[in-house]
Amino acid sequence: MKIIACIKQVPDTTEVKVDPKTHTLIRDGVPSILNPYDHFAVEESVRIKDQIAEVSVTVITMGPEQARSALMRCLALGADDAVLISDKKFAGSDTWATAYTLSLAIKKIGKFDIVFCGQQAIDGDTAQVGPELAQQLGIPQITYVEKVEIDEKLKLTIHKQTEEGYQILETKPPVLLALLPPTSFQPEHPPMSSILKAKKKPFKVWDAKTLGGDESKFGLDGSYTQVIKTYTPPTRGECEFIEKDDIKQAAKKLSEILLKHEALIKR
Amino acid sequence: MGIEIILDKCTGCALCVKACPFNAIKIKNKKADIEANCTLCGSCVESCKLNAIIIERPKLSNKDLSEYKDVWIFVELRGKEIKKVSLELASKAREIADILGQRVGAVILGEKVRHFCNQIKAYGVDINYIAENDNLINYNTSNYAAILTGLVNKYKPNIVLFPATHIGRDLAPRVAATLKVGLTADCTGMSIKDGLLLQSRPAFGGNIMADIISPNSRPQMATIRPNVMKINNPDFSLKTEIISIPVDIDEKARKIILKKTIKTTKTGTKSLDEADIIISGGRGMGSPENFKILEDLAKTINGVVGASRAAVDAGWRPRSDQVGQSGKTVSPKLYIACGISGKIQHQVGMKGSGTIIAINTDPEAPIFDIADCGIVGDLFEIIPALNDELKKNLKKE
Repeated sequence: MKIIACIKQVPDTTEVKVDPKTHTLIRDGVPSILNPYDHFAVEESVRIKDQIAEVSVTVITMGPEQARSALMRCLALGADDAVLISDKKFAGSDTWATAYTLSLAIKKIGKFDIVFCGQQAIDGDTAQVGPELAQQLGIPQITYVEKVEIDEKLKLTIHKQTEEGYQILETKPPVLLALLPPTSFQPEHPPMSSILKAKKKPFKVWDAKTLGGDESKFGLDGSYTQVIKTYTPPTRGECEFIEKDDIKQAAKKLSEILLKHEALIKR
Repeated sequence: MGIEIILDKCTGCALCVKACPFNAIKIKNKKADIEANCTLCGSCVESCKLNAIIIERPKLSNKDLSEYKDVWIFVELRGKEIKKVSLELASKAREIADILGQRVGAVILGEKVRHFCNQIKAYGVDINYIAENDNLINYNTSNYAAILTGLVNKYKPNIVLFPATHIGRDLAPRVAATLKVGLTADCTGMSIKDGLLLQSRPAFGGNIMADIISPNSRPQMATIRPNVMKINNPDFSLKTEIISIPVDIDEKARKIILKKTIKTTKTGTKSLDEADIIISGGRGMGSPENFKILEDLAKTINGVVGASRAAVDAGWRPRSDQVGQSGKTVSPKLYIACGISGKIQHQVGMKGSGTIIAINTDPEAPIFDIADCGIVGDLFEIIPALNDELKKNLKKE
């Protein structure tokens, strides 16, 4: 069985701070990390590989040369080989163009059974590339996947999160699964021995020419959406503190604020 | 196509370096140099006082897009009800359609849905496209996407809006990819500019906002975050048209089989995504039993209780209650954070709330950075006192 895991290198958005004076992003020293959702997807791929005979895991990403380190991390986590899809022509890709480019790479890899990806990436949070990729590959998708079970006959039992709980779904490959890590998930650093092993694993770099396909569908040209402006959101005013020396008085003051609030008036 | 620095004009002033939200510009040999991680967002072009940066974008296509008319919404249902977010979408669609001089269309799919038309019309829906079939009772990607794609191809709407819910975020990209059109996720603002749909959305964990257009493809599609758009006052005297779409669904063709649906939230309670008021508890709650005081307050002001990751990890609350990066993104009108320090991971999930109130014993807790109103103190003293005070006042009415 062939598993393909799609990953993305992202700036650690939790490290991004806003300059309180200029209201611009302070990005100095913000580390690039493997998107935590994708980290979980790779771990799940490897877990299945360890469980079922004859499974190989190929990990792919579209990104600049720097994204190599994110792929190396995935190899250290146990993936078998990696493909970096990199070309200046891919710059400015929106979710559709990204999905198109990834779909070409996956078709070039050949036969596959399961495509894993993270539910979303922490920099854009769109959650669109997974379903758009599934559509372009012509396979079904399951998003918000909390749990994957697989048996020897490759029957998949999936827990899909819903807004009120979860669903249990059954399916068979080929399928694309967008994974949601458990809240307790902490991306772990692989041991040094695995990092060294990763360096010996097959690593390919494919550019636009290697992929083939319609060049007008790459990057900015191929993107149906255009970002015309980015700006920092309006900041909130200062926090108004209520003195709590007298609990009753404080509670009264806060209740007055709440009673005037539209959410309570509207009831 | 792409970005270019006009070297003759560039003085290496580095204004663009500061403006770039992606850290993709460096000054090399006193000139700006664009790195590979540039997303062509255009922030630098605006920042440059010397017009030394040019981004060449695809030209507006010559395709005749004028045959695409009307503003559509996908109406999400929950059981026997229309979800509140659907009314928000209808209201926003009405506003946009009025600017464009077009009609509002609503797509309603389910087992029996005709009666919903009389409800949603009150928010300004002119035409309902309905498909009724036993096999549509539960949402499934393939059938829903196929029906929507077919409807769009037949009736050619100008704009299609989806709720940014679990269902909307699964369905919209599938439809957009099939139609080969642009799709913008999780919009919190929407307007018309030069005849185009201007879509505003947060990115980078809410640290920046982006304005996005889809000039060359129709329909223009977006998902809209729940609880952000205002709901119109309903007018049930409005007229509405119903077009029923015959559908034929072969169950055997379905590749993904629904075996079981498990609800972990109590029936009858509003979900976090839809709540106007959320009262969240964090590590400071200390135990699952202590959440009772939050439940009591929620009862008084008709709110829903949420939790921080710390409270969920401790096993005090179910995962479906979690607000934050690895939980839910919520935007209630009022968010009351109790005993939550408010690390960035939590803030990402609730920053979009209307008013934020924080109660925490630690005056340095980051939650106070984004709170509108705060009390540095013991929530176990304040919350019951507040509840008593509110009860007293709300009873009078």
